[in-house]
Amino acid sequence: MVKRKLVPYLLALPGWSWLALFFVAPIAGMLALSLTTGDVITGFRQTFHVANYVDAIATYWEQISRSLLYGGSATVVCLLLGFPMAYWIAFRGGKHKSTYLLLILLPFFVSFVLRTISWKFTLSDNGVVLGTLKSIGLAPDDLAVLNSAPAVVLGLAYNFLPFMVLPIYAVLERMDPRLVEAAYDLYATRTQAFLRVILPIALPGVFAGGLMTFIPTSADYVNASVLGGTHNTMVGNIIRTEYLVNNAYPTAAAITFTLMGLLLLGIFSYARALGTERVMEVQAR
Amino acid sequence: MTITAHERADMSRSPIAGTDPTPAISLHGVSKVYRSGSETVTAVREVDLNIERGEFFSLLGPSGCGKTTTMRMIAGFDDPTDGEVRLTGNDVTGVPPNHRDVNMVFQSYALFPHMSVHDNVAFGLKRSGVAKREISGRVGEMLDLVELGDRAGHKPAQLSGGQQQRVALARALVNRPSALLLDEPLGALDLKLRQSMQSELKRIQREVGITFVYVTHDQGEALTMSDRIAVMNEGIVEQLGSPAEVYERPATRFVAGFIGTSNLLTGTAGEARDGGSDVRLADDHVVRAGTALLPGAAVDMTVRPEKIRITTHEPDAALSRVRGTVTDTVYLGSATHYTVRLADGTEIVVFCQNTSDALEVAEAGSAVWLSWQPQHSYVLPEAHASRPAPHTPADPSDEETHNHA
Repeated sequence: MVKRKLVPYLLALPGWSWLALFFVAPIAGMLALSLTTGDVITGFRQTFHVANYVDAIATYWEQISRSLLYGGSATVVCLLLGFPMAYWIAFRGGKHKSTYLLLILLPFFVSFVLRTISWKFTLSDNGVVLGTLKSIGLAPDDLAVLNSAPAVVLGLAYNFLPFMVLPIYAVLERMDPRLVEAAYDLYATRTQAFLRVILPIALPGVFAGGLMTFIPTSADYVNASVLGGTHNTMVGNIIRTEYLVNNAYPTAAAITFTLMGLLLLGIFSYARALGTERVMEVQAR
Repeated sequence: MTITAHERADMSRSPIAGTDPTPAISLHGVSKVYRSGSETVTAVREVDLNIERGEFFSLLGPSGCGKTTTMRMIAGFDDPTDGEVRLTGNDVTGVPPNHRDVNMVFQSYALFPHMSVHDNVAFGLKRSGVAKREISGRVGEMLDLVELGDRAGHKPAQLSGGQQQRVALARALVNRPSALLLDEPLGALDLKLRQSMQSELKRIQREVGITFVYVTHDQGEALTMSDRIAVMNEGIVEQLGSPAEVYERPATRFVAGFIGTSNLLTGTAGEARDGGSDVRLADDHVVRAGTALLPGAAVDMTVRPEKIRITTHEPDAALSRVRGTVTDTVYLGSATHYTVRLADGTEIVVFCQNTSDALEVAEAGSAVWLSWQPQHSYVLPEAHASRPAPHTPADPSDEETHNHA
């Protein structure tokens, strides 16, 4: 009997070991590293130097807040584009649903960096889009999209759109289409049926999609470096530079933890606002 | 003289039809054709129906017979390919569901999972702009009517199937629609709950006096609850009438077979006398039919299993009687079901109540007499109305092919 009780734990053991070895240990090590002083040549000593955080935040506050802003904007763009896509596939996709889902996932078969670089070509000053617009006189000759905040946000939204579409699709796909009919039957207009029935029921999907888009986009550095030029650096770029170029490991670790803390804070307040039953009830009223 | 299905439909207006002659719902030549690619499927074919105010009306038929499509066209979820839908006299063809004064109870209930019972029931009233104070009063009243007054704050998921069903009912009824459409509302409930909900539904319908249109494939349910039943098959209405009419006097072979258990006997009409006819069955037995028939006409008759007596001694010659061999007996406690094979292979089902004086138990293999009152051999109008009587008595083998045509 005792042996049988142990079976589930034994089965979970590889997973727990994996997490302990590759998640908990590095996080702990990173946390320790963020409180050290020294340099690569003389070595880093543990001094519990909390000022690392103060310095990092003071120096890079601009990039940190910009990251949250870009990540948030990209998430909103993803939601505005992704919800109708998910809705359409779930209710109008018919027997081709899986084809449409595959089409949404198709860009993922190409490397992330390559996709971003192809955006750079597409949006370049005389590329396919702007070049054509300019040659037919629909855009001024000096119009540039690259190296700007919108370019970074659009690049982020493009790269992370599937993370928004799939969770919303999963919720809508499970939803009984009779619920929408019931709303119409009970005198709701299309807008009311959407706001009172479809949206509240899709909310858990929106919540998951939002997290899955906001977290990676606010920590991303590829889009900012490829599409953003020099004036739109995000916190990811800073961490990368501090770590790989300046070898300032404590600073890089301190920024990483600051970002993580901010994200966790954001997630919890987001969950309180969207995820709880009570708020959903209010939404329905 | 016999009555055609059409004439019967006219005779069987609801007794409840009140002072206002305008029907609550009427369909005129309504058809629905679905096209997918090059294929077309006719779900509903030129249906004409008048559903009276305050009536409990059932659309009964097997799955795929067009009953749900008919209801969805009344609700406005589907538009008819052809024909016209009228609600209390007004043409609503093409009017969307949110502008129709009918409400629907869905088979899956379709309760809004994120709202409380109260908010579910209040949904329609809020959308139609009823004052807040009035809403809470009407919702409370309606929840009391379905005996869920103490569950207003619960979420649908916290309720049992039967309770969810009653919430769905309250959510529709609270709007005081001119008609309530119910799409197999008891389908998901277990037998016991279904039976109690049947009488519950009837009680509620009597109390609110609203027209109920009830879609079901369960003939027992339709017979118990309805004022009138439209029996549908393959997109057409096969018969329209009261439960007793469709049961006792089925208009077509389909209705006879679909409603209850029925024994189909085929034969040829013989001499007509005393307002009835002799019918020579395929196995040369002669039985009496309670209807006068043209001599020589091919006849389809049905006899309900519970009308037949099974005996080992020869019954009174005034009765319709046939001889056969018991092939199967099923003992059910209060009753026994027998299957009896006639000489020509026709199988007849007999339901026999196990009363204290019915001690004769026939065993499989024993020869028995079956007898019934002549008026219980009901002649299907379809067969002798649609087939002209031949001048000479038909050859039995020829008759056979006719019957299968």
